Amino acid sequence: MIPLMEKELVDRHQWLTNEEFMDIISLSQTMPGIFAANMATHVGWRLRGIPGAIFSVLGNILMPIVIILALAAGLYFLQGNEVVEAIFKGVRPVVVALIAAPVFRMAKTAHITRYNFWIPVVAALLIWLLKVSPIWVILVSGISGFVYGKYLEKKEVQP
Amino acid sequence: MIFWKLFYIFCKIGIFNFGGGYAMIALIEDEVVEKQGWITATEFTDIVATSQITPGPIGINVATYAGYTAVVNAGYDPVWGVLGAFLSSFSVILLPFVLMLLISSFILKNKNHVVVKTIMSVLKLTVVGLIAAAAMLLVNTDTFGSFDHNAVQLFLSIGLFAIAFFASLKWKTNPILLILLSGVVGFVVYYLI
Repeated sequence: MIPLMEKELVDRHQWLTNEEFMDIISLSQTMPGIFAANMATHVGWRLRGIPGAIFSVLGNILMPIVIILALAAGLYFLQGNEVVEAIFKGVRPVVVALIAAPVFRMAKTAHITRYNFWIPVVAALLIWLLKVSPIWVILVSGISGFVYGKYLEKKEVQP
Repeated sequence: MIFWKLFYIFCKIGIFNFGGGYAMIALIEDEVVEKQGWITATEFTDIVATSQITPGPIGINVATYAGYTAVVNAGYDPVWGVLGAFLSSFSVILLPFVLMLLISSFILKNKNHVVVKTIMSVLKLTVVGLIAAAAMLLVNTDTFGSFDHNAVQLFLSIGLFAIAFFASLKWKTNPILLILLSGVVGFVVYYLI
């Protein structure tokens, strides 16, 4: 998605400079929500205000919604079909693997060290075994990050 | 009424979705499969598989498909499922959209501020655990098969899982390719043989 956006927004239409584009990428990753939708919202807003934001985010998600809906409806009517069931039986464990693999990829980019590796471990155990809602886990870790950040900020000001 | 609940739940998922598409899959799995029981684990993995091989952000695809299935499973006509699909995908982007309009200038100005950076690095670590939990919750007899019921399916599932896991991590194999290949294996083993 990123190279495609860069080609359209920076190279072809020159709506953004390369540096602005990079800044918007990191902004969209920082903010909650779907990355591509966040990008579209911000670029649309920058160029044409709120209507621009609405139109570009809708443009971004409408086709995927229609396509997946067509597939959903098609598969609904194929429910119980032996061929479809056989195919999905093979696919299911692979889907689980495709969710498990990013855990290790993201562990690298999250800079896991021996001092902080307990954070993902505790988060996973709370959600998996104790059935704590992930929303609470995210909320608590966000607040903890804020408090710790404030502490680091203070230390920076008065060393 | 399921539509209000869909709206509320997907708004919540949207605003707490830090860390990308897989984090969103984890949040949707928790709410829709574990908490509400609208969708079974098998249906959910099928939804993720279909969303993987379809263009568009995977988070939007899973939200749309899950909204559709939740409504249809609740006994409504598939026509209402279409409403559920649009409702869940619009709800999931609604609050992030508003937040982007309100505070993106502030974040752009302060992106290197120590507080913003610390919050993000703690959240990144948490999200790793969140996705791990979702993966572990999906490892069960529904998705892998059981030893008593069908041992062949269980062993084949473990093999396919291991191959896909290593291929994805080591060689960065395209997920679409992995899904299509495992679909062929499923078709041959479970239907033809």
